[in-house]
Amino acid sequence: MAYNDQQARNILTPAQGWGSDADPRSRPGVPRDKRPELGPETLYPNIQPQLSTYKVHISTEHGKLPPVFGTSAPPSGLSGMMRDFAYKFSEGRFAHWLTLLAADRVNVLEGIISDLRSGHIPNIPKEMGIGAELKYNKKAFLLKVAGIAATLIAAQRIYSHFKEPRERLT
Amino acid sequence: MGEIKKGDTVVVFGAGPVGIFAAKSAQLMGAGRVMIVDGYDYRLEFAQKFTGAEPVNFRELDDPVMFFKKTTDHLGPDVCIEAVGAEADGSFLQRLTGVKMKLQAGAATALYWAIDSVRKGGVISIVGVFGPTSNMVPIGNVVNKGLTIRANQASVRRNVPKLFEHIEAGHVSPKDVLTHRIPLEEISDAYHLFSSKLDNIIKPVLIPPSVRH
Repeated sequence: MAYNDQQARNILTPAQGWGSDADPRSRPGVPRDKRPELGPETLYPNIQPQLSTYKVHISTEHGKLPPVFGTSAPPSGLSGMMRDFAYKFSEGRFAHWLTLLAADRVNVLEGIISDLRSGHIPNIPKEMGIGAELKYNKKAFLLKVAGIAATLIAAQRIYSHFKEPRERLT
Repeated sequence: MGEIKKGDTVVVFGAGPVGIFAAKSAQLMGAGRVMIVDGYDYRLEFAQKFTGAEPVNFRELDDPVMFFKKTTDHLGPDVCIEAVGAEADGSFLQRLTGVKMKLQAGAATALYWAIDSVRKGGVISIVGVFGPTSNMVPIGNVVNKGLTIRANQASVRRNVPKLFEHIEAGHVSPKDVLTHRIPLEEISDAYHLFSSKLDNIIKPVLIPPSVRH
């Protein structure tokens, strides 16, 4: 769907409210350094800094935590140790981000192990939205499964093909 | 962020909820021509109806950059808004290195197109979400074309009063983009529906059990 120039000129219905913010002075973000309107929150005293009950990583670039903070995954286990290591580097270093990416993957495995330990068998297909996939994208899903199966079978055949001669040699 | 002036030509990359509202905002700011780009016709049809912007399906074009050059007398649009982010389709190499192999912070295809499409001295506004490492973009073209790049997340508190004015005046109807209402317990399915763009979804809302009848 791409309009040619003639079709573009033929759009006859102007958009509702067209040009109502044409004057930059009517735009909330102009000038960019304008302070936002103060609301009722100014009636309350300043927020007392939150106290941490768990370990919170602070970027080496930041001097302190913001007044309010939180995390759904406090650092723990191997992934926590990896995050400890990552936070030794500034955000300008790949060592920081790549270690955090790796720690995130490790944390996924730790979550599965933790689930199994507590007797909960994680339903990963459900968590990945298999219900919606089967309801609205069945054909593509079946094609994907067939593709993966074909790749695995081909890989197994290739592996067997190259393995057999070596076995005959021994 | 795009400093849109009356009569400007604006191209919005991405016809998700953010891109749709960016296109609508461009209209409210008096853009002379607004185009919105996506790879899904259902989204483009919705965006055209909701914003009045011209729909452009990049899958139907050999080279989107050439399309925007040709349709603007070979100058390029005044403003390009990147509202796609890391999951962009449209380039095998960007998908492979950014989405599959994680060698860069997502596929920067739309940002690449935006930089190459916009006119010399034009403005790129980035609202799409990227990862924290780095991306392959033609930064040399940014210098050679004298572009301005602005990027930010929504300053919600600052913009909400103005948004209410537009709703009251009948310029915008945000509820129209809410195509799916899904129980909170089915959040995995809701996420998959949205991320895979199934069932003509534009934006889902999750309904907690406490407010269901």
